[in-house]
Amino acid sequence: MRGITKRYPGVVANDGINLTVRPGEIHALLGENGAGKTTLMNILYGLARPDSGEILLDGEPVTIAGPSDAIARGINMVHQHFMLVPVLSVADNILLGEETMANRVFLDRNESRQRIIELGRRFGFEVDPDVKVGSLSVGWQQRVEILKALYRNARILVLDEPTAALTPAETEEIFAVLRRLAAAGHSIIFISHKLYEVLEIADTITVIRRGRVVGERDPRQTNEDDLAELMVGREVQLVVDRGESHPAAVTLTVDGLRVKDDRGSEVVRGVSFEIRAGEILGIAGVAGNGQDELVEAIVGLRRPESGKVVLDGHDATNWSPRSMTAAGLGYVPADRHRFGLVLPFPIADNLVLTTYFRRPFANGVVRNDAAIDRNGDEAVQRFDIRTPSAQVPAGTLSGGNQQKIVVAREFGRDLRLLVLDQPTRGLDVGSIEFIHRQIIAKRDAGVAVLLVSAELDEVLEMSDRIGVMYRGEIVSIVDGRTADKEKVGRLMATGAQLEAAEAAGKVAAA
Amino acid sequence: MSSPAATARVSGVRTMLARAWSSVSISVLSILLALVAGAFFIIVSQLVEPKGTLNLLRPFDAYRSLFLGAFGGVNAIVETLVQTTPLVLAGLAVAVGFRAGLFNIGASGQVTLGALGSVVVGIALADQPGYIAIPAAVLAGTAVGALYGFIPGFLKAVSGAHEVVTTIMLNSIAGSILAALVSGPLKVPNSPSPVTRDIGNAAFPILIGTDGHLGLLIALVMAFAMWWLLFRTTRGFEIRTVGSNPDAARYAGMRPKLVITWTMTLSGALAGLAGACVALGILHHMQSSFATSIGFDAIAVALLARSNPIAVLPSALLFGAMRAGSNRMQIEARIPPELINVLVGITLLFIIATPAFRVLLRRIGTRPSLVAAPTLPGTAGGTAGPPP
Repeated sequence: MRGITKRYPGVVANDGINLTVRPGEIHALLGENGAGKTTLMNILYGLARPDSGEILLDGEPVTIAGPSDAIARGINMVHQHFMLVPVLSVADNILLGEETMANRVFLDRNESRQRIIELGRRFGFEVDPDVKVGSLSVGWQQRVEILKALYRNARILVLDEPTAALTPAETEEIFAVLRRLAAAGHSIIFISHKLYEVLEIADTITVIRRGRVVGERDPRQTNEDDLAELMVGREVQLVVDRGESHPAAVTLTVDGLRVKDDRGSEVVRGVSFEIRAGEILGIAGVAGNGQDELVEAIVGLRRPESGKVVLDGHDATNWSPRSMTAAGLGYVPADRHRFGLVLPFPIADNLVLTTYFRRPFANGVVRNDAAIDRNGDEAVQRFDIRTPSAQVPAGTLSGGNQQKIVVAREFGRDLRLLVLDQPTRGLDVGSIEFIHRQIIAKRDAGVAVLLVSAELDEVLEMSDRIGVMYRGEIVSIVDGRTADKEKVGRLMATGAQLEAAEAAGKVAAA
Repeated sequence: MSSPAATARVSGVRTMLARAWSSVSISVLSILLALVAGAFFIIVSQLVEPKGTLNLLRPFDAYRSLFLGAFGGVNAIVETLVQTTPLVLAGLAVAVGFRAGLFNIGASGQVTLGALGSVVVGIALADQPGYIAIPAAVLAGTAVGALYGFIPGFLKAVSGAHEVVTTIMLNSIAGSILAALVSGPLKVPNSPSPVTRDIGNAAFPILIGTDGHLGLLIALVMAFAMWWLLFRTTRGFEIRTVGSNPDAARYAGMRPKLVITWTMTLSGALAGLAGACVALGILHHMQSSFATSIGFDAIAVALLARSNPIAVLPSALLFGAMRAGSNRMQIEARIPPELINVLVGITLLFIIATPAFRVLLRRIGTRPSLVAAPTLPGTAGGTAGPPP
């Protein structure tokens, strides 16, 4: 790709980008959220047209008219959000759009099943073609996506943040698959903003910042700090200096909380803890061990079966989200698309989603648009939300910038308690550093912080105390500054019974 | 020195125009395509006429008399406005529902009962002075419509019963209530046909022409009022949030069930008001053959206006004009008025196919030969922004 430029109203998404990918190479494309990686790949895949510049395939200039044209030329893309039909089998998903016909009317399923099995065997991931995709784990669905590309004779495979939803073990397995593909001569473009992953898998790293290529690196001759600086454009502290914390009086008490999930099974089983003002309590745990339900019960989105939530001495069990907000709760939900944002609404409206009804944003029932717009412009400035203006629909922003909207809204007022559920999921190092600094600032301002994260490193770096959650129980609460990563990791994975007994004593003492 | 600012202003105006075009282009295109498709039906319909000769220019004759019937002269224009009035109000009812994610198919029943309610009170106050009888009758119609909208809203909030199903059923119930009352207790004694007494002083005053009544003004005011409600108040913000993302609404401390209930009530009130305007403005009594098509045309009005209360005005005017002009079209060009229903239906069909149009427009906008003219950023760029 040579001199690719693409402008959207108000932004230059790609500015004269050159990118060369060789056969058999794993080429990592590294950049912050909104740096222009996805736009560049959309151009390659024919989803967008460049304003200028050209694409050369095997030295020949080509025009890619659309995804089907891209696929015909051997360019395939595995999107961040999988494009699979859950109720269809693996084989049918792979066949979709590329049906092999036995005759005019009927599909030749046998022929295609054979090819799928054979392809899987060749690259070391044998998958049963008759299994329904919906019953597969995320990691295996990813492999089905890759198989789909291979089935279409992909020579160039673009993977957009393929590891975002994977566990570390699944990531390793996918990496093995990718290495084997590269060895067989396929070119792989690997989009990511996770530095350690890129260092591990890539043969070449191209870093993009604000639509421009700012550097190309050989992973053997660089390190995380160098890449982070290149990516963000300044020196980045990968681990924020958390400083001293000064816990004061107890702000939040959770006592014997039991919560059921949507299917009616109890997923939080008697959780108790306290958070003091000016203290960060981290909750570590493999995703799906009841953390989301625990958080929803605290903030008022889900009714607990039993137990108590006490905020600043008031019994806040069963309080509505509105009452919690009024009492000083800030809440960053795990799923920003479902809860945190109204995507079609302008950024400015999203920035007042939880406070729209009170001054200065409303006088009685009348909205104060001037105040809402001013607040929007200020927040865009202060939180460095990359957007042409605060009047743009939130849905048009990149994931990291969307998360900044949520953070700007929830951090931007006087708080007593801050509940953070996966606050940096899918974000680049620059944004993570920024959000971590904001969290520390809130802690120092005397806010009690509950930090739930599936990223163990994040919990370890930020927390004063760490509660390990396993199957709906907090099996242990350990000191955040002295905690041993190995040990916490083991607790997350097994919830070791011995520790549970010990933890019960500690909770009682706390 | 001021040139950067001036350029910014010009480009600001240009993006505003582009945005405006991108939001109306689909509607305009659907109307044009509907007219083309209608022309096809007019030509084909000649084949089934007894002594039919195939005249390919007949669609032009038909559309000319349709246009003249709607806008040719003061009387025609007033008639168009009279037809437009209930469509504005009922269109607003459906549009407000859409904004909260509700599909109020029940506007028809709400219009009917609203008309009935206003007539009942109008008859009771027929001898009172107009300044008492008229407001009371209008309020009665609105209140009855509101109650009839509240029922499906409440049912949806407490049990999740889908409003499409419940309002369809309530439509038939409304028809039955009307028939029962008009041919029973409300029937004029000794009258051969099932009609009620006249509303006397509760009739709307005429503002323009022979029958341009007060309802015109009410409809105009309500359109702006609904725009203000939806976009300038916190209540409207709640309606729109619940309509776009109920989970986020809950997170934001709103109460979606409450919002749904009261939005359906509001929707019903507007439809009831539409009914009251027809009854008090034109009919002056109630009959069992009450125009139920208003509630269904209203759906088309709201869709064409893409649920924007201000856009409901031109949208309703279009359908009002087609209704008003169809008489002259029938007489002059011998086109059956049913063709108007065909046109309405086809327009709707094209609007509902909006996503397909978007793709089509984008294709046209990015075709190399047209790329040089960047006049379609709203249509091309608007949807092709960086994916979330």
